[in-house]
Amino acid sequence: MVALDHKGMSDNRTAGTSDEKVFEVLLPVARQQRSQAMIERLEGTFRLNLHPHHAIWMFLLFILAVGTAHAQAPKELISPIDALIKWSPFILWGPEGGLTGFSLNIIISFFAMLFGTIAGVALGLMQISLLLPVRTGSWIVTQFFRNSPWLVLLFTIMLLFPFEIDLGFVVIPIPDWMKAVIGFSLPVMANLSEVVRGAVRSLPSGQWESAESLAFNRRETLWMIILPQCFKRMIPPWINWYCILTMSTPLCSIMGVEESVTYTAQALNAEGDRPELLPVFYVFLLLIHFIYTYPIARWSIQLEKKFAIKL
Amino acid sequence: MASPSQSGNGSGTNWTPDQPMVSIKDVHKSFGDLEVLKGVSLDVMKGECICIIGPSGSGKSTLIRCVNALNDIQQGSILVEGLEVNDPNLDKLELRKKVGMVFQQYNLFPHKTAIENIMMAPITVLKQDKDEVAEHANSLIKKVRLEGKENSYPGELSGGQQQRVAIARSLAMSPDVMLFDEVTAALDPETVKEVLNTIQELAEEGMTCILVTHEMGFAREVANHIYFTDFGLIVEHGAPATFFDDAKDPRTKEFLSQIL
Amino acid sequence: MELFGDYFKQLYDTSGWNFVIFYDQVEWQRFVEAIWTTIKLIIACLIFSLIVGFVGAWAQGAQSKIVRNVIAGYIQFFRNTPPFVQILFFYFVLGNLTPSYDAGGYQEAYIGSFGWAVISLGFFAGAFNTEIFRSGIEAVPESTVEAASALGYTRLQSYIHVVFPLAFRVCLPALNNNLVNLLKTTTLAYGIAVPEMMYTANQIWSDNVNVPEMMIVLFFFYVGLVAILVYGMSRWERSMKIPGYG
Ligand SMILES: Nc1ncnc2c1ncn2[C@@H]1O[C@H](COP(=O)(O)OP(=O)(O)OP(=O)(O)O)[C@@H](O)[C@H]1O
Ligand SMILES: [Mg+2]
Repeated sequence: MVALDHKGMSDNRTAGTSDEKVFEVLLPVARQQRSQAMIERLEGTFRLNLHPHHAIWMFLLFILAVGTAHAQAPKELISPIDALIKWSPFILWGPEGGLTGFSLNIIISFFAMLFGTIAGVALGLMQISLLLPVRTGSWIVTQFFRNSPWLVLLFTIMLLFPFEIDLGFVVIPIPDWMKAVIGFSLPVMANLSEVVRGAVRSLPSGQWESAESLAFNRRETLWMIILPQCFKRMIPPWINWYCILTMSTPLCSIMGVEESVTYTAQALNAEGDRPELLPVFYVFLLLIHFIYTYPIARWSIQLEKKFAIKL
Repeated sequence: MASPSQSGNGSGTNWTPDQPMVSIKDVHKSFGDLEVLKGVSLDVMKGECICIIGPSGSGKSTLIRCVNALNDIQQGSILVEGLEVNDPNLDKLELRKKVGMVFQQYNLFPHKTAIENIMMAPITVLKQDKDEVAEHANSLIKKVRLEGKENSYPGELSGGQQQRVAIARSLAMSPDVMLFDEVTAALDPETVKEVLNTIQELAEEGMTCILVTHEMGFAREVANHIYFTDFGLIVEHGAPATFFDDAKDPRTKEFLSQIL
Repeated sequence: MELFGDYFKQLYDTSGWNFVIFYDQVEWQRFVEAIWTTIKLIIACLIFSLIVGFVGAWAQGAQSKIVRNVIAGYIQFFRNTPPFVQILFFYFVLGNLTPSYDAGGYQEAYIGSFGWAVISLGFFAGAFNTEIFRSGIEAVPESTVEAASALGYTRLQSYIHVVFPLAFRVCLPALNNNLVNLLKTTTLAYGIAVPEMMYTANQIWSDNVNVPEMMIVLFFFYVGLVAILVYGMSRWERSMKIPGYG
């Protein structure tokens, strides 16, 4: 954990300075590679180049699954296609259009992102505090939540958090999906904390020094000079984390939260768990997640390219 | 050291030392629609050192890259010790044993030390005995005056030092002809000299050299013959004295007046 | 060991903190088995994902546009769908379609849940490894390869002696990141009942009603594993570093 962090930051700096001139041929590409790796290490994930035609492959897969299932289906039972048409509203919105099923995945992702962002920015700013205990403490919290598996965090919150909070005069119930929101916002918080810290540290120290020489105090420097410059850099990784979060929300089906995977399993169950329905339903499930995530991932990459030129 | 006479063995050609070692005849080369070489001919005898000069983009690099088959040609013939380079069935290994090349950007292997860079090819490509190769490599290190730098990585060497390692690396294959493509162009002015000295010593020892260079003083001193290229053609050539002092072609004159 | 067990037994009697795995022989056995399963799972996934990455990167350099598109589609599919649904898909859908054999009265699938977890997670991480290896190979400049061929190297020789050693060093940091992620993602095997640490911990706390204690154990276990992996990898990264380069 310690090694991961310090190495990431220090390498980044040496790569840019001392060795630059020595090895002209290989260095520029290698440095680009390295800095990309450092960014990815900070964000704990990878970014890829996406193209619209990739989506076509997804649809082909779907057609293929539907086709094979169709051929296998016994004639007297409802065909896989009809079964999917019958159940897809249920998987997408839950019974009677109540906001469950896939829409609950999105709701959870929104709230977890909201809380995760607020907490993450606060934690990230604490990581660049001048006070050593604050810095160390927030660093430990960040590393702890970054390096724990999401599922373990989710279980912890789901099982150990009370199902209601008694404030004496009023009892606030906490439904499972809200606990899931908290469970997901923790790793998001930790990773965004690193994004903030990384973005601030990536600014050349000249910015701090010139602000200081203009008699800005630390708070003014941070809010008026440093953070506005970091803001753009933080948006693409922020969106990227949103994608990862959204793709993690199916995990809470393990604890029975009524999201898309839970409902898919229920729908299959209601159809008697017929094996030929499995491919169609699971590919449908993958597909709705893909359709939601893919454009956002693309957008994040576009933004990154756009900002990369200006910065 | 590489003795030029140990060459041509077993390649089944009937080249004799009185014929040109490299013979380029009417070479045409295009990249797509762009015709870069439009019929170039020149001969290099054994032990000769020739320089090719000319404006940027005139096809100098392309020409010498064709000599060791890094580029293929569309028309014409290149004979190296009687070995036809423009032959689809060319044994490239045979050619590259004869022809060494040094690049402008050194192109050393950054994950190997200086001595390893020199030893790698003879061991992997020629399958020579490791101890013999090591001995040869040490003598080459001395030759290019890099004693003490054997175990440095390319990243730890200056440009001039790297370029001398690159020269030694080529010499380790015991070539009969050496190609140098603007080998000093990426160097600081102070380090240019050490590399040029190494090349000059080579030439004086009788190595056949084809050089592309912008160092006119060096060309005048070292070359037996100067070729001036422009737009893919050899415009003028001659011995250094006549070439530099008594150029006939207006393009040569203009080029020389700009560069001298 | 005795003392160790006694301490936790006493801790339970005095404070109620029930670290049952440290004093109960049966639970301890369960716990140790889970450790091994987890480590085996991690290593199998790492190796499989590396193989997928190598093959994928190689195929991405293929001449055929179709092959390249298939690989690109594969990467996008695994990159933009939930890994948990992927694992369910592999186990329930593909597992359903693969043959099984008669294991004395009941049908046993050739590929069990452990196998499907390795395949699914291996493909998931392999999608990233493919990109990483490919960009590593692309980072080796053409001119360095050219220098090798001017020295008489064949294509294969220059790949073995020049391109791969360089490409590997270039992509090692990114690769390490991905492998750390993969380690954490192996917990998803819980979803198909692979008896790894997450799954076993769940069983233990169901039997012993000691959720907080097992959670603490889980955190120590996984954060510790990540720390070990990161430490080992960064040591390796440092030892592979070329002096004066990068
Ligand atoms: N691989 C290639 N593909 C397409 N065009 C090329 C390629 N290599 C060279 N050229 C073109 O061929 C022409 C001659 O290039 P060449 O490198 O031989 O010039 P040069 O005389 O060596 O110039 P310089 O002094 O700048 O090195 C140039 O117009 C260049 O753009
Ligand atoms: Mg050139």
